[in-house]
Amino acid sequence: MSGFFSRERIVAPNNYNRWLVPPAALAVHLCIGQAYAFSVFNGPLSKVIGITESTPDDWKLTTLGWIFSLAIFCLGLAAAFGGKWLEKVGPRVTMFVAACCFGGGFLISAIGVQLHQIWLLYLGYGVLGGIGLGLGYVSPVSTLIKWFPDRRGMATGMAIMGFGGGAMIGAPLSVFLMDMFKSATSVGVTQTFVVMGVLYFISMMIGALAIRVPAEGWKPAGWNPPVGKVNKLITNNHVHIDQALKTPQFYLLWLALCLNVTAGIGVLGQASLMIQESFKGSVTVAAAAGFVGLMSLFNMGGRFLWSSASDWLGRKNTYMIYFLLGIAMYSSVPAASQSGNVAMFVTFYCIIISMYGGGFSTIPAYLADIFGTKFVGGIHGRLLTAWSAAGVFGPVLVNYIREYQVAHGVAKADAYTDTMYIMAVLLVVGLICNLLVRPVHAKHHMSQKEIDSFDASGARLADAH
Amino acid sequence: MTTQTHISHNPLLVAVFWLYVAVPLAWGVWSTLQKALALFH
Repeated sequence: MSGFFSRERIVAPNNYNRWLVPPAALAVHLCIGQAYAFSVFNGPLSKVIGITESTPDDWKLTTLGWIFSLAIFCLGLAAAFGGKWLEKVGPRVTMFVAACCFGGGFLISAIGVQLHQIWLLYLGYGVLGGIGLGLGYVSPVSTLIKWFPDRRGMATGMAIMGFGGGAMIGAPLSVFLMDMFKSATSVGVTQTFVVMGVLYFISMMIGALAIRVPAEGWKPAGWNPPVGKVNKLITNNHVHIDQALKTPQFYLLWLALCLNVTAGIGVLGQASLMIQESFKGSVTVAAAAGFVGLMSLFNMGGRFLWSSASDWLGRKNTYMIYFLLGIAMYSSVPAASQSGNVAMFVTFYCIIISMYGGGFSTIPAYLADIFGTKFVGGIHGRLLTAWSAAGVFGPVLVNYIREYQVAHGVAKADAYTDTMYIMAVLLVVGLICNLLVRPVHAKHHMSQKEIDSFDASGARLADAH
Repeated sequence: MTTQTHISHNPLLVAVFWLYVAVPLAWGVWSTLQKALALFH
């Protein structure tokens, strides 16, 4: 079988340059990272009929908010359910489907804007786009880990850094296109969605075309797997995706990721308001927007730097640093705020956000260490439900505690103090979870016969496409 | 197979592919940095 999607076509020759694989992964992640910049469409989408200002027939911001929420929800579902399929069919098919869903989602949404039918945006960007996000996010991860067994953290850090960087491209690109297409009769969103859908589809397809998996038994020149017990947490065995769910390690890592993300995502969404209220009169709206931009840069940089550092520090130790340093930072933020020290406040938050990003990029390598590389893409997909859960917990915690405080007479500048201490407590729980992570019991490991059987069924399924 | 092997080992192709992802990313970082500078004014 020599079809476009067959495994034979994506197995690399022996002298293949593995440095071609990270840009293939980045070509996908830089596109889907646009999701975090979707809010730039909210203003124009609320004026599709009125053009210059919202009319009663225009969509409300609360109505539009569901598009992003639906996309993140579908991301979690697609990653959780699509991960197992990915391990069977390989990264090219998965990236192709992700490109069709993400690009197609934009096109359906463009029709929705043109006809002013909100359900088409929910279906297009929300459901279809969300599925593209989930499949695109997990598709290159296990491939990268197999190409870089010597530097797993750095490899996954490069790809997942792209997800952080995608918003930095998506936001100015969207604004540029809307400015170009807007007229007296249009806010320019329809045309922008069409252009972005096509661009993202092409870019993701370039990633799908370029991706290659290493041949069975391939290893980097001059590198041999460590023998003996150098690090007890790094296994040479493989745990099946369904079996991984029966281990305590999966749930401990789920909680560790969820708590680290909850703490970070809560402040990320409220960063602009938080700095303005904490330093009333001294931080302008423009400066607050700059603070949000600076946090985006640290979010992206942290994904690469922390994950790369985990190759030397060890995954468990890196997570220990996230939690210990995070506890120290969250506990110190109220003092920085009360002392009026903006520089210290900004520094603490930048470190916190770098570790929020680092948590995302370190986790696939952590999973590969614990469960082996065979099913790491699928296991990672299922673990990403922790992200969806944190996406609800984080903002709810920050927003509701702030509202409660303000309603009970606490000054707005001090309203975040308790929230920061609660975040620090969450990280203490995360620290305990991480401390409890031990090597997986041998009873969960796959036998060679099971691995061979799975490889044969995967090859048949991929050849059928 | 020989052509494929040659292409997949070509350092120029690797550099071009990296530029393909690095240039838009650099543009995004630059745009964000300009916005972030407002914090220090």
